[in-house]
Amino acid sequence: MLISFLLLPILTAILLLFIKDKKTATTTAIVGAMATLLLAVVATTTKVEAFDIAWLPSLHSRFVLQVDGLAKILILLTAISFPAILIATAKNEYKQQNKFLSLLLFTQAGLMGVFLAGDALLFYFFWELALIPVYFLCSIWGGDKRIAITFKFFIYTFLGSLFMLVGILYLNAHTADHSFSIQSFLHANLTGHQQVTAFALFFIAFAIKMPIFPLHTWQPDVYEQSPTAVTMVMSAVMVKMGLYGILRWLLPLFPIAFMAHTNVVVILSVFGILYASFIAIRQDDIKRLIAYSSIAHIGLMNAAIFSNTSIAIQGALLQLFSHGINVIGLWIVADVIEQQTGTRSMQQMGGLAKKQPILAILLVGFAFANIALPLTNAFVGEFLMFTGLFQFNPWIAAFAGVSVILAAIYTLNMVQKVAYGEISEKINTMHAPNKGAQAVLIILLIIVFVTGVYPQPLFTLTADTLQQLLVK
Amino acid sequence: MTFMKIVIALIILWPLAGFLFNGLGRNYWSKKVIAYKATGYIVCSFIASIFAFIQIQNHGAVSVHYFDFINTATVKIPFDFKVDALSSLFLLVITGVGSLIHLYSTAYMKEETAPHYARYFAYLNLFIFSMLLLVLGDNYVIMFIGWEGVGLCSYLLIGYWFTNGAYNYAAKKAFIMNRIGDLGFLLAIFWLIVKLGTVNYSEVLTAESLAKLSSADITGITLLLFVGAMGKSAQIPLFTWLPDAMAGPTPVSALIHAATMVTAGIYMITRSNILFSHSEITQNVIAIIGISTALLAATIAIKQNDIKKVLAYSTVSQLGYMFLGLGVGAYSGAVFHVITHAFFKALLFLGAGSVIHAMHHEQDIRKMGGLKSRLPITHITFLIGCIAIAGVPPFSGFFSKDEILAAAFEKNKIYWVLGLVGAAMTAFYMFRLYATTFLGKFRGTNDQESHLHESPMAMTLPLIILAILSAIGGVIGIPHSLGGHHWLTGQLSSIVAEPKEAMLSVSTEWILMLVSVAIAVIALLIALARYSKHTDEEPTTTLGKFFYHKWYIDELYQKAIVAPLDQFALFLKEFIEKKVIDGAVNGTGKLVQFSARKVRLIQNGQVGYYILFMVFGIVTLFLIWFNDYSILQFINKLTQK
Repeated sequence: MLISFLLLPILTAILLLFIKDKKTATTTAIVGAMATLLLAVVATTTKVEAFDIAWLPSLHSRFVLQVDGLAKILILLTAISFPAILIATAKNEYKQQNKFLSLLLFTQAGLMGVFLAGDALLFYFFWELALIPVYFLCSIWGGDKRIAITFKFFIYTFLGSLFMLVGILYLNAHTADHSFSIQSFLHANLTGHQQVTAFALFFIAFAIKMPIFPLHTWQPDVYEQSPTAVTMVMSAVMVKMGLYGILRWLLPLFPIAFMAHTNVVVILSVFGILYASFIAIRQDDIKRLIAYSSIAHIGLMNAAIFSNTSIAIQGALLQLFSHGINVIGLWIVADVIEQQTGTRSMQQMGGLAKKQPILAILLVGFAFANIALPLTNAFVGEFLMFTGLFQFNPWIAAFAGVSVILAAIYTLNMVQKVAYGEISEKINTMHAPNKGAQAVLIILLIIVFVTGVYPQPLFTLTADTLQQLLVK
Repeated sequence: MTFMKIVIALIILWPLAGFLFNGLGRNYWSKKVIAYKATGYIVCSFIASIFAFIQIQNHGAVSVHYFDFINTATVKIPFDFKVDALSSLFLLVITGVGSLIHLYSTAYMKEETAPHYARYFAYLNLFIFSMLLLVLGDNYVIMFIGWEGVGLCSYLLIGYWFTNGAYNYAAKKAFIMNRIGDLGFLLAIFWLIVKLGTVNYSEVLTAESLAKLSSADITGITLLLFVGAMGKSAQIPLFTWLPDAMAGPTPVSALIHAATMVTAGIYMITRSNILFSHSEITQNVIAIIGISTALLAATIAIKQNDIKKVLAYSTVSQLGYMFLGLGVGAYSGAVFHVITHAFFKALLFLGAGSVIHAMHHEQDIRKMGGLKSRLPITHITFLIGCIAIAGVPPFSGFFSKDEILAAAFEKNKIYWVLGLVGAAMTAFYMFRLYATTFLGKFRGTNDQESHLHESPMAMTLPLIILAILSAIGGVIGIPHSLGGHHWLTGQLSSIVAEPKEAMLSVSTEWILMLVSVAIAVIALLIALARYSKHTDEEPTTTLGKFFYHKWYIDELYQKAIVAPLDQFALFLKEFIEKKVIDGAVNGTGKLVQFSARKVRLIQNGQVGYYILFMVFGIVTLFLIWFNDYSILQFINKLTQK
């Protein structure tokens, strides 16, 4: 069954290469993504056998796919995100539409692989498989500054990946059976010093991917310049690769090194949260605002994980999912406005509530989810993460807590500039968003409130992972 | 038990149903349907609240469990509600005053088009829902959910006329200032979870829990809770949002920014009184902030000319009194004042709304005058409200304010003296407002004069009911010294651990009462004499200007906090982010590019770098693989630091 998570997107992606008609291509991609979603719903609600076949025998690497709560929640997020993104942006036209969609689905396959891989070399393989299509998507379909931006993005993340590869090989050399399986890695015999080395190599890759201050400057540029569908994939799902890597690999494999670095990483993350929040306050470009807001939110999740308290990690597990849902919602609204008015500058917006009340209501809904208002999904996650941080260190929690206020400032600024006031010239040109985008937004908002009022199913889903992490 | 479970669920679900009905159907229903539904749901809620109130009078407090909001290995937060002596009183006030204000709004908001009319009532229903969540919750997290929920509704309703930039700004300011307080509240909750592992009242507010907390813990937690209360209940330094919140429709000011939401802080502290009583420091801080806020706001109210602004500062000031009460341990006195204040301040705001309605949206009292004969019902009810707030017996405000002042006298005579000064100012600014608005000659335009009219029944009926309550509301707390039994203190004896009935002798109490009544009456007579014929001119004295400009506090915040932070953000964005960090990143890139050119390994763009890094990587790899030390030791040293 697990192999289908790779086969479905890949086969759809290959099929797409032969479909020249734009409409048919879009429909095919949506059908493929919906099938994956269906599969994910089945997989998260039932018990699933691991998938294990020989792959690269000479290197002792096997093709192992397996799931636990952590993987399930991210599989579910990935599976929900792609159809949501494809449907919401279905009306956007691209040159060579089929290739664009094909690359997107290759990314989905890569992401699924990252979350399922039970073998380090396989993990690395999917890590790159997820990234490479994105380079093409940005450099071919991006905005005016795409070449320079993609180049920086490419070098940055590639450099990170390379460090990780070195780390993987390093660890491989220290396993008893010279294999890449996660079990062997868990039993690798490393001294404290060696753990720190390997920890550093992995951490750089994950830190760049998330990204953590000060390795983040590639991100706002890329989010701004990429086609919004790609931005959504990156900010909703791809950034989770870094956090996933920490939870799956870093924390279990190098507990000593992890414990030795909690202070440094938590402080760096909290600094990054405040830093990104302050910068978000001064953004006029709505996409850059969401980008910096996202950096702040990811920073909090990272700080929570590194606080190494079970409450905070539980919160982070939940937030991995919730953040994805919320940020897609915000991007869709931003995209609808940009597609229709041709601007991302909030100064030129205003009056959306009068011109397109439904879109404005949806924007306000996601805005309040973004600032973790109670009974939205983000509240539960943030509440637990902050509680854990407080347990870790009250002062750090208090500093991080300031971001709660800053988030209200930049988010309400956005709402005020976009939705309220008299109708601006640009907004006046708007017509109703297409039915697809509107439906997706409504469904996502329902998810926001349902998981915000009754988050228990998500806790149950991730309970086993939490147990495992705590045992360590 | 199951029966009560349903009743309590209905109390809170009716307003939610109203919100969904009007919110989702805003384009479909007629204004009549919208008004009936919205008001009807709250009335239903009120009836159920009365029922619940009677039930607990007979059978004692009930807690009901619905589901687990959060249930993990380490922390459990149930979605539980509790109806006891304290929450049932708040239920009655919220749904009762809420019903009246809904009824009033049906007429007041008549000019709005149907979809906006629906939006208004949807917000108002959502507010009642959140407020009920706040007082019904059986733990601090549910209280916090309601706490932020009412903040959201306040935001939405202040900015109800959303095309107006200034109103949006006021809404945003309210939300952000509240969030500052909310952070304090949140930190207190975290503190409780970390120390006690629970947030349930039944577990936190016990002797066993107190034993587990050090005195530093208790002081820390209570101070942080108080920071939350400062935000919501508009105390120094987080009070400046409340006067600006008057941008919202007047019934909203009456309901949210006078009668209910702003008293949430008093509810929270009374609920946690066991904790607060164990921290002398926190109690002193609360009393000092309370009395300072009461005086500061009163000095500002004296000089304002906008009818709603006077009432807004008056609210801030009265809230200050309530906190003074809490600080000196008169918890039931503070709750008493919450209740009487809900009556007379809602009445005054609705009366102001009636005046504004009649004057075609004029709010400047200098342009009013002589409305006494034109708006007879509004006039007489407003006058009752003024007498009640001024503290003239036997109107309700007298009893509740007197109880707080008596407790203050017992604790510290300075509090009492300052409280009296505040009481005098209260009487003065209220009768200045009354006299300028209703007495003397009409000073508006001819056009306004020809349209002057008493408001319709839907608006005057709530005024009349609230006037009656303001007049007789004191009966729930007639002190023993006046031959009463103080029903309210008896009610709250199960909540307030040490019921603080003033231990003063009857003669002392009588003297205190006489002094305060005498001062109030003198102050109101001066105001009547001075403003019956004349209005206030622009202030000329330095002190007058200082009060008129609200102590320049908004300007101070702007210059000392907002602007520097804004500049700081700009500095981060333009310099640190662009020049320093990204500069370093690009610099490294250029350096690599430069050396690459020099070495002439490759010359062609992206692929070239790919290979370059690959080679670089492989070399590193081999070094590490075949020699665990050398480079490794170097990296180790780096990472250890």
